[in-house]
Amino acid sequence: MNNSDNQGPLWEVFTQKKPGMAFKHSGSIHAYDKNLAIEAARDLFTRRNEGTGLWVVKSENIIAVQPKDAESFFDPADDKIYRHPTFFEVPDGVKHM
Amino acid sequence: MSNTIEELEKQFQEKIDNEIKIEPKDWMPDDYRKNLIRQMSQHAHSEVIGMQPEGNWITRAPSLRAKKILLAKIQDEAGHGLYLYSAAETLGVSRDQFIQWLHEGKAKYSSIFNYPTLNWADMGAIGWLVDGAAIVNQVSLQKTSYGPYARAMVRICKEESFHQRQGYEIMAKMMAGTKEQQQMAQDALNRFWWPSLMMFGPHDSDSSRSSLALKWKIKRETNDTLRKRFIDKTIPQAEFIGLKVPDPDAVLQPDGSYKTGSIDWDEFWNVVKGNGPCNKQRLDHHKRAHDHGRWVREACIAFSEKQDKRKAIAK
Repeated sequence: MNNSDNQGPLWEVFTQKKPGMAFKHSGSIHAYDKNLAIEAARDLFTRRNEGTGLWVVKSENIIAVQPKDAESFFDPADDKIYRHPTFFEVPDGVKHM
Repeated sequence: MSNTIEELEKQFQEKIDNEIKIEPKDWMPDDYRKNLIRQMSQHAHSEVIGMQPEGNWITRAPSLRAKKILLAKIQDEAGHGLYLYSAAETLGVSRDQFIQWLHEGKAKYSSIFNYPTLNWADMGAIGWLVDGAAIVNQVSLQKTSYGPYARAMVRICKEESFHQRQGYEIMAKMMAGTKEQQQMAQDALNRFWWPSLMMFGPHDSDSSRSSLALKWKIKRETNDTLRKRFIDKTIPQAEFIGLKVPDPDAVLQPDGSYKTGSIDWDEFWNVVKGNGPCNKQRLDHHKRAHDHGRWVREACIAFSEKQDKRKAIAK
């Protein structure tokens, strides 16, 4: 643990609004261990029934693309417009496709 | 892509102009970062210090209903402080550092919390006026250019509207009560009206930081624009329950807005400089609470280290 910060490590909190929905990032909290983290996350992010599911993960365990690499990293998607349905011509009169 | 500072600044401003949010790891001018650190930490400290004037009345709330509501509101303020601290930490400053700056007087909080809460009517006035003013400001800040700040504002605004309604309900109930209760409500409005207007900060013509903050879209609207919006909403709310704002110069204009008297800026700057009725009390209390919590933090750290060791041995 970083001695310069006495508040415990940082955790990222994800909540699921109701069954079937995707978990969504809600924010971050400081907590000293996983039990305190999940309780603090409940108290902070689900006081008004905002969640039926809750995840916490230590921020240091998240792998993220750095903004400076983003352009080249996501580049492979740029020249494959045929992955979008609007790329294709559908003859006039064809319905429900 | 190698870029000069000028090019980076140009690209940055283009993103801002195109309403593209800035995220923590993106390049940003030093002054943008500094400006955000100052504003966001001041905002976070205000939420946390703001618990004190209301905490003063938890044990003396007039009913169990009122007590439970007040507790829930104060818990929300703590939560809002946590949202804002986390958002501010993404700029590279630790939570402990923010608290240290507060304790050293290097960081400010909203001056409104340096006024005392003398009776139960003040809980009404604070919820209605202080939270009301904060909402006007925060609704505007939902569109601020810094992503984490904007996200925190969206969450805060969702929770905040109950705060203002609970305050207005207290005022309305007192105005429907005895003569003494009505006088208490009017007295609370008299004391909190002008400090509430000061919450929006100096006039645009005297606000040195505003132009840069607007150019960078940290702030989306000027102090005077927001203040006027609050005044125009609030005066009719006061009149609806039989209260009168303590401003003999307040006049309704043909366009439905209000012309108001001038604010006593000497009082504002005096309180900002630390000479308000409760400045010392608020800060001393925060330091004491922080010190008293030290053993809890240390115990938690020791316990988590012990758990880590046990896990290592089990492997």
